Amino acid sequence: MPELLNPQEKLTPDTFLRGLWQENPVFVMLLGMCPVLAVTSTTLNAIAMGLATTFVLVCSSLLISLLRNWIPKQVRIASYIVIIATFVTIVDYAIQAISLELYAALGAFIQLIVVNCVILGRAEAYASKQRLHTTLVNSLGMGVGFTLALLALGTVREVLGNGTLLGIPLFGPDFQPWLVMILPPGGFFVLGVWLLLFNWLRQSKVRRAAQFSGAPVDAR
Amino acid sequence: MHAEPLSLIFLNAAIVNNFVLALFLGICPFLGVSGKKETAWNMGLATMFVMLVSSAAAYGINWLLTQLGLEFLRLICYIAVIASAVQLVEMFVKKTSPALFRSLGIFLPLITTNCAILGLALFQTSKEYDFVQSLVYALGAGVGFTLALMLMAGLREKLALARVPSVSQGAALSLMLAGLLSLAFMGFAGLGGGHG
Repeated sequence: MPELLNPQEKLTPDTFLRGLWQENPVFVMLLGMCPVLAVTSTTLNAIAMGLATTFVLVCSSLLISLLRNWIPKQVRIASYIVIIATFVTIVDYAIQAISLELYAALGAFIQLIVVNCVILGRAEAYASKQRLHTTLVNSLGMGVGFTLALLALGTVREVLGNGTLLGIPLFGPDFQPWLVMILPPGGFFVLGVWLLLFNWLRQSKVRRAAQFSGAPVDAR
Repeated sequence: MHAEPLSLIFLNAAIVNNFVLALFLGICPFLGVSGKKETAWNMGLATMFVMLVSSAAAYGINWLLTQLGLEFLRLICYIAVIASAVQLVEMFVKKTSPALFRSLGIFLPLITTNCAILGLALFQTSKEYDFVQSLVYALGAGVGFTLALMLMAGLREKLALARVPSVSQGAALSLMLAGLLSLAFMGFAGLGGGHG
């Protein structure tokens, strides 16, 4: 982790953008896979889950960053978990109050935000070491990156599996929905295909860079 | 729901609604420690043990909190109990088998953040299982988790020798495999008598 090397990171655009691409929690670091796969059968669920996770991530990172000099090192993980669980409880009750329908659709996965490794990972690797404003920007970037990843899965699965986008039918009445895409296996397949795509992009970038510098290209 | 026979609860948790392949709980260890069959087996056992302990504890806590009218503290209490149970397992494994401790590595303390365990506690609460039903449910979930982990490890051991295109190495390939396994498990739908 680069932030371990420079104790107090300066606030740059990269602080935010890293979460979107370079260190995207889902596509690069493969964290928090459970909600990514479970709630992305429709776009709306994906957005709601992304927002809820972002809220918990930002709030708990801020509080942890604020308390970073007071939390003893030995009990830090337990303290982080209690802080995260508090915010998750808030979100849980808030969603219940806003829309019962959404609450039923997301099910246990709202409460399971507690064990989303993205949040604990941020707390441990970033928020517990950095100042308040960089933490805010960085966790916001991670949250947006996570939401985008959920959207990337949710839109593909909803369009293929149901023929709709946000509930609006896209194709004519003759469309035969690809049902398996909104069932559990579809989640694995779509995420697998996205990872394949990103691997391919990364490899072709490396290959291009090698061609420019005249270095031998790995034939694989 | 109370009349649900124990065998059906077990079957439901282990196979029909397999925690990993149908409910997407515990994907991190599923992808992380399924490289070798032996590690997968031990990880499965450790997880099953934590599941049983935390399921029993969660039942007690839920009863107590309902008596006191403090249901909103449920999540925080559950996670605290799970964290302690994991600590217990960690100390036990470290003492009895240092080699296993090393091979499980970071994934042993990470059982705390394994959503299968918190998910189990939350599901048994929402389904209002009694004590015995909860334990059977936990056992089924643990067996299902171990089964999924072992199947995946077996497949990955074979695939380690196969030549695959370089873009599909690593996580992408594992996810495709998981998708196929999940597809196979869909064939069991209906066995357990309705969604559970």
